[in-house]
Amino acid sequence: MSTAAIARPRKSFSEMPWQLWASQLAAVLRIEIKKTLWMRRSIWIYLLAFAPTVMFGIHALTSPMGRNCSIEEDTRVLAYTFQIFYLRVGIFFGCMGLFTWLFRGEIVEKSLHYYFLSPMRRELLVAGKFLAGLITTSLVFGASVLLCFTFAYGHFGAPGRAYVFNGPGLGQLGSYLLVTVLACLGFGSIFLALSLLFKNPILPGIAVLLWESFHAVAPSLLQKFSVTFYLKQLSPVTIPPDGIMALFTVMAEPVSPWLAIPGLLCLSVAILLFASYRIRRTEISYLAD
Amino acid sequence: MTNPNSSIIFENVSKFYGEVLGVNRVSLTLPPGVTSLVGPNGSGKTTLMNLVTGLVRPTQGRVSVLGLTPDEPEEFFRHVGYCTQFDSFPKGVTGFEFIQQSLLLRGIGGAEASRLAKEAIARVTMEEAAHRRVAGYSKGMRQRIRLAQAVAHHPTVLVLDEPLNGLDPMARAESINLFEALGKQGLHVIISSHVLHEVDKISDQVVLMSYGYVVAEGQIHGVRTEVKEHPMQILVRCARPGLLASRLFSQDHVVEAKLNNDGKGVLVRTKDADQFYQLLNKIVVEEDFAVDTVAPNDDDVNSVYQYLIGSGGGTV
Repeated sequence: MSTAAIARPRKSFSEMPWQLWASQLAAVLRIEIKKTLWMRRSIWIYLLAFAPTVMFGIHALTSPMGRNCSIEEDTRVLAYTFQIFYLRVGIFFGCMGLFTWLFRGEIVEKSLHYYFLSPMRRELLVAGKFLAGLITTSLVFGASVLLCFTFAYGHFGAPGRAYVFNGPGLGQLGSYLLVTVLACLGFGSIFLALSLLFKNPILPGIAVLLWESFHAVAPSLLQKFSVTFYLKQLSPVTIPPDGIMALFTVMAEPVSPWLAIPGLLCLSVAILLFASYRIRRTEISYLAD
Repeated sequence: MTNPNSSIIFENVSKFYGEVLGVNRVSLTLPPGVTSLVGPNGSGKTTLMNLVTGLVRPTQGRVSVLGLTPDEPEEFFRHVGYCTQFDSFPKGVTGFEFIQQSLLLRGIGGAEASRLAKEAIARVTMEEAAHRRVAGYSKGMRQRIRLAQAVAHHPTVLVLDEPLNGLDPMARAESINLFEALGKQGLHVIISSHVLHEVDKISDQVVLMSYGYVVAEGQIHGVRTEVKEHPMQILVRCARPGLLASRLFSQDHVVEAKLNNDGKGVLVRTKDADQFYQLLNKIVVEEDFAVDTVAPNDDDVNSVYQYLIGSGGGTV
């Protein structure tokens, strides 16, 4: 008798094992967040994330009550730091280090088969690992941005508090945190997919870095395939496109936040769907890796 | 007709790794019980096991396990447990955490996962080391904890790739008893092992593999009978071995009859075992000949392996 004859009918939406999937997703999250937060490889990500915090902390200590500086100047420095350092260096490389290791690390350590032998859809594994990476990077870089913001305005005393609580400060902080999470989401999805495509994702990562840095010179349609394209639109403080920095800050075709956020989400979902497609076809062959 | 819902079925399965052959045109039906995969390194045993468990996909053909495929992982892996040969673990876990985590991934609740983990650890007698990190375990302990992980969820199909590697004689005997018990409970237990005389004791059927091909399969006695190139060896223990030997020399089907080293039996090599047994019955009846035991001397896995694979082998 052919086994083809015993194919089962497809389950309807309500018949899907949602409860099982939820508990499996929770289990993956628990394992992966513990792993990504405390793994030794994460140390350099912490150092990278909190380097600007140290800089802003020193500035706050050396300029008590806003001596030799102004709120406008610090606001601009924070905006530069966020757009140039966080988005293009810190979060980019942090996500590269963490998300590429989510699957590649399991392959190197020959432990991916334990997941593959669980009664769990591989798409769910992609979702679980991605969410764990997203939570970890968002926490680390979000905390770093929050500290920078606190140091940037905390040392001004009453004027600083007024700027934050009665002025645009709190809104800017919300935007910075939102962009941080979206950056982790966008870059994270790219690097997770790259790690499933390439044994060594460093070179493709460099290609992505070049693309994200110089996408502004590309045709407008292609620009929409860049994460930074959307993030720039959402940054709360606009940086004037002066000199060489214009290459990174210029917005050739501005779009509203109501398009930028769904645009980035769509791009990330599309990349994750591709990653799910890849993982479904992945075979355990550690020797080849 | 074989019920596909109770068997493991390979339908013309081939697996190539690029240009390298893993297994080729394997068609098998494995019923419940203990099945031993036997063959030299590189013969395709692990590939066959990886195909059963969906870790690799067939290049051609189809594999189904109890009527299921890995495309339905929620149902499929509820039934399947696999102790691979990869001696690796997630980083930093204790033996208990290792098993508990794998149970949580199955969607089993925390309390039940802990209970099943403890039960599995007790099964491989690892209670004392359960809360130590796996990284500090000896090779045998790592092997046992992986075995515990494979059986923790009470699978109906248990696939074990070299499960006796690294085990001390005591643990080896315990593991063999466990496999035998599971086989008798009606589970599918598929074992690959180089310790042929040990798996021989518990195997209900064997699959002999060489260079990616299945050379022979079935119950070991049946396989041995089919190996026509090598005369059957039968050891007859009796009081008058000289008389028996003299009667046997005149028979065409008897290739050799030699007195056993202890002088209390005859080792016979015959091309036709059935004729030999008929002749022996005749001698016993006609000459009042007392026979203590009659036993085949080479219908074990080891001998069949040697005949079919070890010495260049024939085919069945």
